[in-house]
Amino acid sequence: MTIRVGEAAEAPSFQKAAFVLLDDTQLRKNVRHATDVITNKRAIVVGEQHDWQQLRSAASAIKEHTLQHLDHYLLQFEAACIAAGGHVHWAADADEANRIIVDLVKQHGGKEVIKVKTMTSDEIGLNKAFEANGVHPHETDLADMIIQLGHDKPSHIVVPALHKNRQQVREIFMQAMGLAELGDKPEDLTNAARHYLREKFLKIKIGVSGANYLLADTGGVCVVESEGNGRMCLTLPDVLITVAGIEKVIPSFRDLEVFLQLLPRSATGERMNPYNSLWTGVHKNDGPQHFHVVLLDNGRTRILADPESRQTLHCIRCGACLNTCPVYRQTGGHAYGSIYAGPIGAILTPQLFDMQHSQSLPYASSLCGACYEVCPVKINIPEVLIHLRGRVVREQQTGATLEAIGMKAMAGIFLSSRRFEAAQRLGQIGQWPFVSQGWVKHLPGMLGNWTAVRDLRPLPKQSFRNWWREREKSSAKKESVHA
Amino acid sequence: MPETTTARETILGRIRATNNTVNTTTRAADYQAIERAYQQSASMARAAILKTFVERLHEYDAHVFETNADEVAATIAEVLRSRNQKSTIVAESFPQEFLPAGFSWRHESSTTTEELNTIEGAISECEVAIAHTGTIVLKGARKLTLLPDRYLCVVYERQVVETVPEGMAALQKYAAEPLTFISGPSATADIEMTRIRGVHGPRFLDVVLVRN
Repeated sequence: MTIRVGEAAEAPSFQKAAFVLLDDTQLRKNVRHATDVITNKRAIVVGEQHDWQQLRSAASAIKEHTLQHLDHYLLQFEAACIAAGGHVHWAADADEANRIIVDLVKQHGGKEVIKVKTMTSDEIGLNKAFEANGVHPHETDLADMIIQLGHDKPSHIVVPALHKNRQQVREIFMQAMGLAELGDKPEDLTNAARHYLREKFLKIKIGVSGANYLLADTGGVCVVESEGNGRMCLTLPDVLITVAGIEKVIPSFRDLEVFLQLLPRSATGERMNPYNSLWTGVHKNDGPQHFHVVLLDNGRTRILADPESRQTLHCIRCGACLNTCPVYRQTGGHAYGSIYAGPIGAILTPQLFDMQHSQSLPYASSLCGACYEVCPVKINIPEVLIHLRGRVVREQQTGATLEAIGMKAMAGIFLSSRRFEAAQRLGQIGQWPFVSQGWVKHLPGMLGNWTAVRDLRPLPKQSFRNWWREREKSSAKKESVHA
Repeated sequence: MPETTTARETILGRIRATNNTVNTTTRAADYQAIERAYQQSASMARAAILKTFVERLHEYDAHVFETNADEVAATIAEVLRSRNQKSTIVAESFPQEFLPAGFSWRHESSTTTEELNTIEGAISECEVAIAHTGTIVLKGARKLTLLPDRYLCVVYERQVVETVPEGMAALQKYAAEPLTFISGPSATADIEMTRIRGVHGPRFLDVVLVRN
């Protein structure tokens, strides 16, 4: 089993990566601007949707129902897709998915493929697998293209290049497209992309896409997009290969009435995004005549097996939790070391890996709950974060680190009122070398990490428990006097 | 037959091991019982629904031309002339009587993809239009309405519904057909979140709304 989430296995801890990124003022400015714009637009179009909460509840219920019967709905999708002329493949992990896709491209004699934005392909590292096998992938989503041509990494699941401003994009395009001149207005830049890619759309005969939804009842696939690059990749090639996580299946065509209202408002703050494409297998004389779907596990069944965090699989990749997160808004996406950044990344990445890597990610949060509030499918991200922190601690406790020993000692003290009071008395006596002018400013050893950024009040001369006992005693005395 | 049987059995086996206590006999009933308390039917009068549809299209930078059944051809002629459009491709199913005289029309069946790429505009009808989101939904005609830079869609008043659920219900009979939902011209906000019209799809969307 090789579970892969981009290059997250080699990434430094969130705290280490964030420390450096916080110094990049240009990046922080770009991220702040972009997240402000989407957050404000989202607030307007969500505010006007009077049945928003009912849509969220229905979406959450549909997803939960689907997960309970996931085997049934996947098999139903498979049968319907095959009946409509499609081919269905199953991949237990990233390597298997890459092997299937690369083999399909080779079978059709392809040296190049055009790709529609797919996070799942980034997750499995498909582009690397293509390059290693002599196939050149062309990303066609504007932001993905900026990332690919600039040899960069995505920093957001919906707007992967939001950390770049127009001047930076201009530089990347001029160099990669060999242009002597190019304006830096967004219009100039999109025009350059239009010309550069149009020729590729017409020439390259194999397309690769992800899927927003797989429809079990019809065997259909739905892709949601804005630019029309998706429509190009989904209709012009002879061969279309779609890679989708197994959690992307929904029971029926009708269910789109819920998700197509939630996704665009949450993702880009639009009432509806410009284009949704739906197709079912192969359509005679219309679109690709060879269609393959690769159903990917890559750690998803493991998330399914954890009742406390399986709600992570409800995610429809809208990115609303990133835009609203006070941590993401400061650090941007690269700090998360994964193609899945922000609050959803903080719970998704470590779970896909079964906590082997990315153990720092559940701590990349203030637990303020903003992510839960905006989530269109009601994933209680703070609840899952706390659950995962528990797992991290339990895994780390198996070792005899100083922290683990200290925490065990603390647990013993908090378990008994006698020990607790004894510890308080000890503290009152032992704290004097660290108190100056009514504050504790520096503590020794590991405790110093705490006081490095905060001052503490010293332990008071009298504890609350002590004060309470005295009060009870004196009132009892008074009562006996009055009686 | 599925092509990679082992992965298929592994994945299904893991799902079943996790969901082993789920009652599968009530699956259909459980699905039916999912609460759908969101708006599913129209709440506005017809005039208000049409007004909303037109407003939403305007917000997407689409142009709307209102006309009646007798004037469709004349309205199309007016739009094409105002755009100075020299070459136009017409969807196979488009009614001949709506094509104004004095223009030359191309048809998809006799046009290659490369030729399609050089044609200035396309014309088709739609299946359903959704006022709440300013969306038109097309069945088929995918290439034709994608490569030319201008797209003109004829929408009949009776096709306009208020809500997305009504739209999906109307589309149910075409659920297995290739469907394209269009809400305004192609756009992106990938650079500094500035909405730019027209990246890869048509940069201009004209809607001819045929009133009853």
